[in-house]
Amino acid sequence: MTARETVIEVRDLKNQFGAQVVHEHLDLDVYRGEILGVVGGSGSGKSVLLRSIIGLRRPSGGQVRMLGEDMLRIGEARRAEIESRCGVLFQNGALFSSLTVAENVMVPMREHHRLPAPMMQRLAALKITLGGLPTDAGAKFPSELSGGMVKRAALARAIAIDPDILFLDEPTAGLDPIGAAAFDQLLLTLREALGLTVFLITHDLDTLYTICDRVAVLSQKRVLVADTLPRVERYEDSWVQAYFQGPRGRAAMAAARRTEAT
Amino acid sequence: MSTNPASASAATLRRDDAAGTLVATGDWTLPNVRGLAQRAAALRAAHSATDRVDAAGIERLDTAGAQILFDLAGSDAIDGLDPAQLALFKAVSHATTESERTPAARPDVGVLALLARTGAAVDQIGRDAWQLLGFIGLILATIARTLFQPWRWRITSFVFHVEQTGLDAVPIVVLLNFLVGAVVAFLGATVLKDFGASIYTVELVSYSFLREFAVLLTAIMVAGRSGSAFTAQIGSMKAREEIDAIRTLGLDPVVVLVLPRVLALLIALPILTVLAMLAGIVGGAMVCVLSLDVSATMFITRFQALGATQHFWVGMSKAPLFAFLIGAIGCLEGFKVTGSAESVGTHTTSSVVQAIFVTILVDALAAIFYMEIGL
Repeated sequence: MTARETVIEVRDLKNQFGAQVVHEHLDLDVYRGEILGVVGGSGSGKSVLLRSIIGLRRPSGGQVRMLGEDMLRIGEARRAEIESRCGVLFQNGALFSSLTVAENVMVPMREHHRLPAPMMQRLAALKITLGGLPTDAGAKFPSELSGGMVKRAALARAIAIDPDILFLDEPTAGLDPIGAAAFDQLLLTLREALGLTVFLITHDLDTLYTICDRVAVLSQKRVLVADTLPRVERYEDSWVQAYFQGPRGRAAMAAARRTEAT
Repeated sequence: MSTNPASASAATLRRDDAAGTLVATGDWTLPNVRGLAQRAAALRAAHSATDRVDAAGIERLDTAGAQILFDLAGSDAIDGLDPAQLALFKAVSHATTESERTPAARPDVGVLALLARTGAAVDQIGRDAWQLLGFIGLILATIARTLFQPWRWRITSFVFHVEQTGLDAVPIVVLLNFLVGAVVAFLGATVLKDFGASIYTVELVSYSFLREFAVLLTAIMVAGRSGSAFTAQIGSMKAREEIDAIRTLGLDPVVVLVLPRVLALLIALPILTVLAMLAGIVGGAMVCVLSLDVSATMFITRFQALGATQHFWVGMSKAPLFAFLIGAIGCLEGFKVTGSAESVGTHTTSSVVQAIFVTILVDALAAIFYMEIGL
């Protein structure tokens, strides 16, 4: 894995709400084709970091480069173009409640590429199936879906126009273990098939051990360490140790080892 | 792999007649997909036999492009994809097969759908009415039960709602009725002048406000102000499972939430109605005094000769009825809320519409009733 292409490059990022500093001197690299897990305690600014990268929040200072472009300095049109190459799955799905699932998936297609309607419908059906939903889910409204199906529908919308980078904010939160494991597998499959780069915020230790290539730990207002799991586990920091060596961490680790062994 | 879509190079698809294969080159990605689909359709129409596709020249491939490849030759007749593209192609062909095995349910349109929706709406009205009757019965039964259990009365909550629905509504109700009173007086004066009977404006204003306008306008105002608030309050509690929590704590939501609200309206609406009558008549009197030749003394004399007490009671008798209906509808719609914030909005709207509709309906029935019994 030499000379990996960096798709997201965050340098010296600073985020501040009033007097409260959330991020300071935060550096982070995300490489093409990897699944990066971002962990951190509640209130450590994981979602703020995500919002800063995708441009929903203008950081108080620092630099965000995505696909080689300085996101804070480029023009509106170029920026929109880069943004159209990102797919985002929000914590609660954020599906448009007045549109059916299929129409939700078609929104980005309609917006960025003027395709004929039948073709969009076929593509939407494809994405819905890729997202792991049954075909008849396309005609349903978000309010008719269960929590797990909402996540899958939101994923289908996020991959609607083949993004290069997929941002996921706690995709498995609130799913049952079977649904969460299936979602993990789905992400792995999609990453293989579509060559996605995935930026994944999670609290789910099983997800970290099952699918993440690298893990970034957000603590003390910056990225404390971003590396492969075995190295992160050994990192000398009380929070990191408590996180990975706690009972839940050890259980997830053991489970992952068992799966590898079989 | 890292060029942006705008600068995607052209994609081509042509038939190599010598080798009997289709040759695909370039970027098979979303921006090019439209042209490629047309080209593929044309080629398929021209050559019925399925050819193999030589895809070695494809530089970039995404799901949209892969779907067209799949349409062109199926899942087994593609050569020359690199491993990553092949993985993508396999995933897409698998998913496409899967998604087309079970045809998607089409959203229904047309005359049949229109009939079905009309039927469903009528059915829904019937159910709503039935449910409202049941809920009114439940409220009455609960009132009867708690009447002799003073420790279950929610005094604080009751007083709070009297303040919210009564006291806080005084300015708007008074102003509204004052203005309508003035307007009615103007209208009356204009019409009656032709008959030389401007003086009857006094009767017109007094009669209409005591019997109808004050109570009706107040009820409509309260339905919009308090009925909707009841729905929103109870609805958001329902959405956050607070109603369920109340039940599991061994409390009765009707006692805790509904009774204080309905009883508060039963107190507040009649008081507001009295104020509304006064405001309306004062508004009318002001117009009479200022722009017609009716002195304040004359207005009061004629008003006294009217037998106003009877009309006052006709109007007032409707206030508690309206209050009860508005309260019951507001609370019931709140309980009908399901999960989402959107549902709270829908039911709040529905609560106001129903409450105003029922108010006017009952008012019309009451008018006929009082006319028949000669009051």
